[in-house]
Amino acid sequence: MLLIPCPWCGPRDEPEFSFGGEPVARPVPAERVSDAEWADYLYFRDNDKGPHTEIWCHSGGCGQWFVMERDTLTHAVLSARKPGGAA
Amino acid sequence: MTARRLAEGGRIDRASVLPFTWHGAKLSGFAGDTLASALLANGVKVVGRGFKYHRARGIFAAWVEEPNAILDLQWNGHHDPNARATTVALRAGMAARGVNARPDVDRDIYRGIDLLQRFLPAGFYYKTFFPNWHRYEPRIREMAGLGRLRGGAPDTRQYEARHAHADVLIVGGGPAGLAAARAAASAGLSVLLADDRREFGGSLLWQDATIDDQSGMAWAAATVRDLAGAGVRLLPDTTVFGAYDDGSFGLLERRGAAPAGWAEDRLWTVRARHAVLATGSIERPLVFPHNDRPGVMLASAALQYLRQYSVLVADEIVVATNNDSAYTAALALRDAGATVTVADVRPAPPAIAHAAIDAGIRVLPGSVVLHTIGRDGVRLVDIGPADATSARAATLRVPAGAVLVSGGHAPAVHLHSQSRGKLRWDDASAMFLPVAAVTGQSLAGAMTGEQTLAGALASGHRAGVAAASALDRGVAIPAPTTPRLPASDPIQPYWCVPIKGARQWLDLQNDVAVKDVRLAARENYSSVEHLKRYTTLGMATDQGKTSNVNGLAILADATGRRIPEVGTTTFRPPYTPVTLGALAGMRHGALYAPWRHLPAHAEHVERGAEMREYGGWWRPACYTRASETPAQAIQREAAAVRQGVGLFDGSSLGKIVVDGPDAAAFLNLLYYNDLANLKPGRLRYVLLLRENGVVYDDGVVARVGPERYQLSPSSSHTAGVLAMLEAWHQTEYPTMRVAFHDVTGAWATFAVSGPRARDMLSPLTGIDIAADALPHMTFADGTILGIAGRIARVSFTGERSYEVSVPAGYGPALWRRLMQAGGDFGITPYGIEALSVLRAEKGYILIGTDTDGMTLPDDLGMAGPLRAKKVDFVGRRSLLTPDAVRPDRRQFVGLLPLDPNAVPHPGAHAIERRADGMRSLGWVTSACHSPALGRSIALGMIARGRSLIESGGEVELFHLGQTMRARVVSPVFHDPAGEKLHG
Amino acid sequence: MRYSSLSLLRQGLAGHEGWPQAWRSPDLKPSYDAVVIGGGGHGLACAYYLAKVHGIRRVAVLERGWIGGGNTGRNTTIVRSNYFFPESVALFDFALRQYEQLSEELNYNIMLSQRGIMNIGHSDHQMEMMARNVNAMLVNGIDVELLDAQQVRSELPMANFSPDARYPIMGGFTQRRGGVARHDAVAWGYARAADALGVDIVQNCEVRDFRIEGGRVVGLETSLGPVSAGAFGLSASGHNGVLAKKAGFRLPLTSYALQAMVSEPIKPVLDTVAMSWATGMYVSQSDKGELVFGAGLDLYPSYAQRGNLPVTQGVVAGMLEIFPLFRGLRMLRQWAGIVDVPWDYSPILGPSPVGNLHLNTGWGTGGFKATPAGGYFLAHSMATGGHHPISAPFDISRFHTGAFIDEAAGAGISH
Repeated sequence: MLLIPCPWCGPRDEPEFSFGGEPVARPVPAERVSDAEWADYLYFRDNDKGPHTEIWCHSGGCGQWFVMERDTLTHAVLSARKPGGAA
Repeated sequence: MTARRLAEGGRIDRASVLPFTWHGAKLSGFAGDTLASALLANGVKVVGRGFKYHRARGIFAAWVEEPNAILDLQWNGHHDPNARATTVALRAGMAARGVNARPDVDRDIYRGIDLLQRFLPAGFYYKTFFPNWHRYEPRIREMAGLGRLRGGAPDTRQYEARHAHADVLIVGGGPAGLAAARAAASAGLSVLLADDRREFGGSLLWQDATIDDQSGMAWAAATVRDLAGAGVRLLPDTTVFGAYDDGSFGLLERRGAAPAGWAEDRLWTVRARHAVLATGSIERPLVFPHNDRPGVMLASAALQYLRQYSVLVADEIVVATNNDSAYTAALALRDAGATVTVADVRPAPPAIAHAAIDAGIRVLPGSVVLHTIGRDGVRLVDIGPADATSARAATLRVPAGAVLVSGGHAPAVHLHSQSRGKLRWDDASAMFLPVAAVTGQSLAGAMTGEQTLAGALASGHRAGVAAASALDRGVAIPAPTTPRLPASDPIQPYWCVPIKGARQWLDLQNDVAVKDVRLAARENYSSVEHLKRYTTLGMATDQGKTSNVNGLAILADATGRRIPEVGTTTFRPPYTPVTLGALAGMRHGALYAPWRHLPAHAEHVERGAEMREYGGWWRPACYTRASETPAQAIQREAAAVRQGVGLFDGSSLGKIVVDGPDAAAFLNLLYYNDLANLKPGRLRYVLLLRENGVVYDDGVVARVGPERYQLSPSSSHTAGVLAMLEAWHQTEYPTMRVAFHDVTGAWATFAVSGPRARDMLSPLTGIDIAADALPHMTFADGTILGIAGRIARVSFTGERSYEVSVPAGYGPALWRRLMQAGGDFGITPYGIEALSVLRAEKGYILIGTDTDGMTLPDDLGMAGPLRAKKVDFVGRRSLLTPDAVRPDRRQFVGLLPLDPNAVPHPGAHAIERRADGMRSLGWVTSACHSPALGRSIALGMIARGRSLIESGGEVELFHLGQTMRARVVSPVFHDPAGEKLHG
Repeated sequence: MRYSSLSLLRQGLAGHEGWPQAWRSPDLKPSYDAVVIGGGGHGLACAYYLAKVHGIRRVAVLERGWIGGGNTGRNTTIVRSNYFFPESVALFDFALRQYEQLSEELNYNIMLSQRGIMNIGHSDHQMEMMARNVNAMLVNGIDVELLDAQQVRSELPMANFSPDARYPIMGGFTQRRGGVARHDAVAWGYARAADALGVDIVQNCEVRDFRIEGGRVVGLETSLGPVSAGAFGLSASGHNGVLAKKAGFRLPLTSYALQAMVSEPIKPVLDTVAMSWATGMYVSQSDKGELVFGAGLDLYPSYAQRGNLPVTQGVVAGMLEIFPLFRGLRMLRQWAGIVDVPWDYSPILGPSPVGNLHLNTGWGTGGFKATPAGGYFLAHSMATGGHHPISAPFDISRFHTGAFIDEAAGAGISH
C-alpha cells in the first residue's frame, strides 16, 4: 500500500487516490491534428518500467490533481508536486 | 510406544480439563494445549494421509510448518475443513476428524494407491489421461482436496479490519524481538509488537536460558510487563503475513473464544516508519528412506511438546541430525526419561556429544537412519553409515517410537524477501540468509542466521537501536545479557541418503519425494520454479516451510549446480494462510457497496413500492397494487401519466452547480452542445462526450445566471461527471475561473407529469406556471406549498411536466402533500419502469441502455452541434476519424414488430442471413408494450438504421433461436410533433 | 518418447530412468530464420507453429527467465470464447478449437476441463445485457445458454441466492465449452513439441536491444550475445512496451498488475467457472481443490509482479459477496502478473511499425485463453510478412482509424 505525499494534504494511504494516467499534451487545434497525432495523444503511452511521470488525484481527500514521479518497478514514490509548480 | 503426557510440567493448566473428540472418540486435554499436543497426549498416531499416495502420516511439527495434521474441525457451530492442529488452541467441545481419507485416517480405503506408486511419479498426469481427460478428471478431483466444505449454514462470524500507525513494528516476540522492543520503547517511540504465538517468548518457551540473571521465561514475562507499562501495543496470536509498499504490513490477529458479535479474526493494516524483523527460523528435516512414518518429527517439535505441553513423544527415541541443535532436544528428552540414540551424520562426534554421552545417550557419529519400520507408526529404526548406498548397509536396528530429525534451520526470511530484500546462500551454516536489511527495516535473531541466544539478544538490541537511530532517537538502556555458551560445531549439509530409488520424502503433504525431484531434473524441469510446478513441491498448505530448501538442494545436486545457482522461488504473501473473511473484514452486504436512499424512501415503501437498485440508488420500480402483477402496474402507471397526472421521484438525478466568470466558456469546452448561448432561465438537453468521442452522459443543463449553471447528469453518472469536470479544469484549463459543487443530496425533486399536471400544480405554487409564463425547457424559482424551491418545465415522459425541487429535508412532506393535493386529479405515483415505457414511446434515450461504449452523437441522430458549434470541445476530433464517419455505423431507430402483440426481448439482435451463417446488424436496446399505441414497440441500434427508416425497411430480430420481423421506423412513436410537451 | 499410459507403465517398471528431457537447453546460435522474443505460452506456440505449419525449422525462442514464467504461469487458467463481436469470436474460438485437440496434438495432457463458464447477472438491466451478449454469440455460432436464477442455482448451489443478498442473482449465461486448462502444461507441451521440431528454446536470455538497419530489424543484442534472423516476433507480455521502445516505437498500452489468489484445497464444491457482473470476480476450483480467483486490475501501472493489500482485500470481498460460504476458508497464495492493457482491451497483432518485427501483444487480462491463437497468428505474420484474415482486424492501425474492437463497450459493461 503506497504512502502518497499529496502536495496539499501530506502523506496519505493509497486507497484515497486515483491514478490518472501519463500527462499528455492535448494537440490543438483539432482541425489541424492528423489521425495519427490524435491517436498518439489518446492511446499511445511511454508505459515506462522504472521512473514514470504520472498524474494522480487525491479523489478521496482534497480532490486535487497533482504530478507524481513513481518507479513502476519498485513502487517507490520519487516526487510529487502541484501541477505546473514545485512540490 | 506412543506419546504420553508426563505427570508434571508444561505450560498447561491441568485443573482445566477440556473434553474433545477425535473421529468421535471422547478424549480430553488441558487448557494451554494445542489440538496437536492433546492428540499426542492421547496417543493418537495417524492424523492424516498423504495427498497423493494416502500413506499414513503423523504429527510432524509443533507450529505453522506442520504439513500433516490438517484436520476437519467443528466447534461452537463453526466448521473449519482444513484446521492446522498444531496451531489450534484446544477448546472444550471440539470435534476433530482427519481429512482426505475414507472412512477415517486409520482405515483409509485409498491406502492401496501406494502400491501403484511406481506408476504415479511426479507429473504422471501430463503423460496420460488424454484425449479423454474429461472422463478421469471428476475422479481425480474427488481424490484431491483436503477437507470438505459443508453447505448450508453460512459463516456468521464477525470479521473486522483495523488500521494502525507505529514508529516501529516489531515482528516476532522471541528473545531478539523482545530485546528490540525494549530498546525501541526506551527511546520513547511508539512500538507495536506482534507474535504469531499466544505467548511472547519465542524459543524461550521451550529452551533453557538465563537472561539478566533470571530464567528465560521470567525475563520474557518481566520484559512483556515492562513493555506494556511503557505503552507498547502488544499483539500476541497475531501473524504478520505480508510486507507491502512504504512500510505497510498485513497482520492477522486471532482473538480466540469470544462472546457473540465479537470478531475472532481481525485484519490489521499497519503502517510503520521502521520495522524490525525478528521472525526466527524453522527447522529443516533430515531426509532418509521412509522418513514419513508417523513418529518421525522435527527435533525442535519434540522439545516443544515436552516443555510446553509436557508430552513425551516416545519412550524410545532416535535422533537423526547433522548439527548440534538436535542435541538440546536429545538431552531434554533423556532427562524426561526417554532412551535416546543419536545418529549424527558428522563423522567426528561434536563436542556436545560428550555431554550427551555423559547423560546416557548413545551417539553414533557418521550415521544416518536408513529405514523405519512399523505399520502405522515407527517401531524399529535401521541405522547405518551416512554414505550408505543400500538399505542393507544398516549396522544397527533399534526399537523406537519416534525419530526426531534435524537437518539444520531455515531462517524465516519471508517478510524480508517480500520487501524485495536479497538473499544469499551461506555455505558454512547451510542457510539462505538476508544480504542486508532493506531501507526502513532492521533484522534480528535467528532469521539473520544467529544461532545462539547471546547473538539473538545482541542483534535484537542492535535492531532496536538501529530503529531508534533511523528515527533520530537514542537508546540509553544496555542490551540484555546471557552467559556465553561454548561455540557449537559446524553443521554438515546432508540432503538425503544416497540410496537409489528409496522413497525419501520432502514435501509430506503433497507427497513429493527425492526421486520426484530427480525425475524433474532428468526431464529438464530444472528451474526451481519449474520444479515447484512440475512436482508440486512446496505448494501445499504448509507452503513448503520444511521442504523447499531440501528440494532445491537435491535439484542442485541432480543438475550439477551449486545451491545459489538454483536459487529459491519467490516468497509472496501470505506467510501463513489468511482467513478470507478477515481479508474482506466488514466489507460485505450493504457495507460492500452502500445503497443510496431517496429522501422520500419511507413514503415509497409505505405506498407499497417495489424497490430495486438502479445505478447504486434504491428506487421504486413500480407501485404494485394488491390485485396486480408488476407488469400490470407498469402499464397502469404509464397510461395514467398519459391520461391524467403522475408523480415521480427524480431526486437521484444529479445536480452539479457550476459557478464562475468562466463557467460558460468552460462548459462550452466540455459539452457537445453550445452552452454559451443558453439564456438565463432556460434549459437545454445536452450530451457530454469522452475525448474518444463516445457519448458518456446526457442531461439537462439550466442556466441559472450569467455565471452560474446547474447540470443534471444521469443518476449513476453524477460522480463521474463531477470528476470529469474537475479533471479537465485542473489539468487542462487551470486558469479558467470556475468551480463545481455536487448538490444532488441537498434537493428532493419530484416530477409532476401529465396533461393535468399544470391544473394540479398551479394552486400549490407561487410560481406562475402558465403555458406562456413557463414554457417547455424553462425554469423558475419560487415557493411550492410555502417551501422555497424551483420548478423546471422539462419532460422525460413526453407529457407536460414540471420538476419540482425543494430542499431534501422537505422531500417527504412535499411528496405527501402532492399526493394529497393530487387526489382530486387521480394522481398516480409512477416508478422507473413506467418512466422507461413513457420515454421509450417518445424515443428518448436512456444512457447505458440505448447507448454503449461505442455510441457517437451522430449514431443517436444528434449531429447538429458538431456542425454548428464553432469552438472545440471534448471529443470533437474523435468524431472525425475514419471509423466515426463510416456510413454503415449502427444508428438509433424505432422498431415496430409486425405482430403488434409480440414484444421483442431487449438484447435481441437484428440479423442478416448469409450463406455462411448469420450476421448481426445491431440489437434491440429497449422494448415494451406501449399503452399509448396499444401495441409493442422497441428501440434499437441498427446498422444504416436511418436509411432503413427512410426506405421503410424491415429487419429480422433474433432472440435465443426465435425470430420475429419488425419494421424500422423513427424512434419517436408518441406525439412526434411534441404538442403535448409544449401545450 | 511418446507419452502414453504404456510408456508410463514401462518407465514405472524401469524406475523412470529413461524419460528424456522434455526440451533441450541448447546454446544460442548466432543466426536463425526466425526468433521469437518471449518464452511464454504464446511465444512457444509461435515457435511450434513456425516449424509445424510454415516448415521453418531454424527457430529460436528467447526467454529472459524460465519458460512459462510470465503471465502463462500467473493466470487463473480460464479458457472461453464467449465474445460479443464476430472478430473476437473468430480469434478466441480459433484458440478454443485448438485447445480442444491440443493434448493429442502435442502429446501432452493440458488438462482442458470444459466445465463451463457461468456469468452471473444481478439486475434486470444486466439480464438484458446478457441477452444482448448471448444473442450475439448465438449469431456468431458460439454455444451459450441464457439461464434463469433457478438454472444458475442448480449449477452453483454454493452461491448466495438469498433475496437479501447485496447482489441478488437474477440469472446468467454459460458457455459449456469454456472452462479451465492447466496453464503450465500448455507452455511445457508447446515447448516439448517445438523442441522436437528442432526449435531452440533458450532460457535466461534477455533481449537488450534491437539492431535496426534501413527501418528493419536485422538482429538482437542479448545477454548471451548477438543473434540475427529473418523475422522477429515480439511476444513478451508484461514487457512489450519496454521492448517496443527499444525498437523505436510506442505501443498503445499501459501495464498493470493483475492479482490472483488461491485458497487452501478443499473437496469439490464448484464444478464450473463463475464470474459475477456485479463484483467483477471470477472463481473456479482447481483439480487440486484450491479455489482460484481474481477480479479487477490493481489501480496503477506496475511492473512489480506483486499486488497490493487493499486490492487483495477488495477482490476477496467481491468473491465472498457472491460466495459467502467461503468466508471461513483461507487464502493460501496470492500473486500478480503484469498485463499489457490497450484502450479497447483487444490484442494488437501483426506487423509492427518497424520492418521484420511482428507483434503479439495487448492481450490485457485474457491472454491465456488465446495462447494457441496468439502463437498461430504471430507465426503467420512472421512467416508471411502479413496478416491472417482472423488477425487483420487486430492490427495496430485501428488506433488511428478508430475501428476498435471494444468488448466491454459492446457488452454495455463500461463506457
